Amino acid sequence: MQLPASAKEIDTRTTGLRATRPAAASHARLWKLVGLILTLIVAYLLPLGLSNYQAFEFTQVFIYAIALLGLNILIGFNGQFSLGHGAFYALGAYTTAIMTTRWDIPYGWTIIVAGVLCLIAGFLFGLPALRFEGLYLALATFALALSTPQILKYFDNWTGGSQGIVLDKPSVPLGLPINADQYLYYLTLTVLLLLFLLAWNLLRGRVGRAMMAIRDNPIAAEAMGVNNALYKSLTFGVSAMYTGIAGSLGALAVAFVAPDTFNAFLSINFLVGSVVGGIASIIGALFGAAFIEFVPIYAQEISRAAPWAIFGVVLILFMYVMPTGVAGLLHRVLERLTRRPSKESSADNVVATSPAPADPGASSPARAASGKHE
Amino acid sequence: MAANDVILAIRDLTVRFSGIVALDGVEFDVERGKIVGLIGPNGAGKTTLFNCLSRLYTPERGQILFEGHSLLTFPRHKIAKLGISRTFQNLALFPTMTVLENVMLGAHSRTKTGFFRHALRLPPVAKEERFIRDVAMESITLLGLEHLADHLASGLPYGTLKRIEFARALAGAPKLLLLDEPAGGLNHEEVFQLASLIQQVRERLKLTILLVEHHMNMVMQISDKVVVLDFGRKIAEGRPSEVQRDPEVIRAYLGDRI
Repeated sequence: MQLPASAKEIDTRTTGLRATRPAAASHARLWKLVGLILTLIVAYLLPLGLSNYQAFEFTQVFIYAIALLGLNILIGFNGQFSLGHGAFYALGAYTTAIMTTRWDIPYGWTIIVAGVLCLIAGFLFGLPALRFEGLYLALATFALALSTPQILKYFDNWTGGSQGIVLDKPSVPLGLPINADQYLYYLTLTVLLLLFLLAWNLLRGRVGRAMMAIRDNPIAAEAMGVNNALYKSLTFGVSAMYTGIAGSLGALAVAFVAPDTFNAFLSINFLVGSVVGGIASIIGALFGAAFIEFVPIYAQEISRAAPWAIFGVVLILFMYVMPTGVAGLLHRVLERLTRRPSKESSADNVVATSPAPADPGASSPARAASGKHE
Repeated sequence: MAANDVILAIRDLTVRFSGIVALDGVEFDVERGKIVGLIGPNGAGKTTLFNCLSRLYTPERGQILFEGHSLLTFPRHKIAKLGISRTFQNLALFPTMTVLENVMLGAHSRTKTGFFRHALRLPPVAKEERFIRDVAMESITLLGLEHLADHLASGLPYGTLKRIEFARALAGAPKLLLLDEPAGGLNHEEVFQLASLIQQVRERLKLTILLVEHHMNMVMQISDKVVVLDFGRKIAEGRPSEVQRDPEVIRAYLGDRI
């Protein structure tokens, strides 16, 4: 244990660290900015070189990423568990399906309505959920996931029962020179960017700090004046809103909704994606989404007989190689690249990774991404 | 204006945990601008009293008046806003957040922008964020933690973590500061530094401090008044020199119940 020693080192090298810190920080910011711009350019040019099916696959990734971001906000940043987000995904999907087919409401509005409805539903669900902690909350939400297909079938005069509802694919507006699949790609990508920006805003300030404080130590958070009950319910609402908007876009992309696609497995899949991507991270949602979209497809290609066994093996490998998710790994790589000039920072890193979790479930990934929201 | 001098009045405070009386009709005043030490053997009810002040426990009987308002009518998260900050006996930091972020949380009660304005990053947000950061940096500087601002609030020496908690409490601009065993786990020299730090902070920020502490030398050195609890009852109250000579107090500490 060299912790006291390294802390003392930091003490004595105050001036040295001061000199390197801002440089390293601006370095890191530059890297991130360049990366972001390049990614955006690639993302907007990509569909021009893709087949329609490939464009659809990426659309699906974006949709999952929005859902996973909702889950990350809840689990990673606020420390509340949910194994029932498939229910909010379904609520969003059916909102759009019913509104566009029955009432001929333009799909753009239905995306907003789906978000607002899920915000309210999530908030209301979050209130009684305040009574549950950790695994008990996971079970309570899992009950929600289990009952979703049944509930959808029960209200069959609205939902079309087991038959589901067939939607029209959104047509390309303004005579743009792209096809319907490419349009959906751009639509979901734009919504994704907007929602990622909102999440980043939310998480990097007073509200985000309060959410994380509740995750780290609820009693201390309350002693600092954080209204835990309100923050937790609102976070649940925001989280459900993200997943609901994803559901709405999902209904538009697939152009079909049916109860059995919103089973408990969907909720578990979201959790898998969330953890693989990096649970206390915004950008991690994208990696997690790519994982749950592509790995099952490749697993199917490798073995038609046992694709889920392959999926399982890949999942275990991921967790073994990247215990803090893809985002956690990326964060460390970036840190190493940008901090090379100062040798002190390696001592500093040792301290930073020492365990002191209040909540073992959420804290280690949280630490890996703790610089993300800066 | 004698009545105004009392910032905190505790009256007939009684707390019972499944039959065990933790506090039994405790009464005392904390005068504005003073350092009041709360001492007593283990299990005397000191931390229980603190937890009543933070509204973690609701007393069975009695009243707590802070600047004339009954604290018992406020929920937990409103206590900080009233002007009462605290530190915890066994550290209650946010370990995955940086030292600066921890201390910024201290200023949460002094700001108010919520989810909507933050998501859209409306103008008041930037202003408040700047305010929070300034307040936190001031508090961090006061406690000599500047060089650790970007360090996580974990894996640091115990004394440093205690200072971070202290800084976080000060960022709330409290009128009354509750310190729960601030010297616990510190070595001799650190206790000495802490004592002068508490006095400096009191002078500089015009604070009132209620201090639970086992370290008798420190309590006697810096307190204006000492209240002694034993088995949930107040057995003495007065100036340090008086309390030290009180036969009741000597008996509680040295014990002749054998």
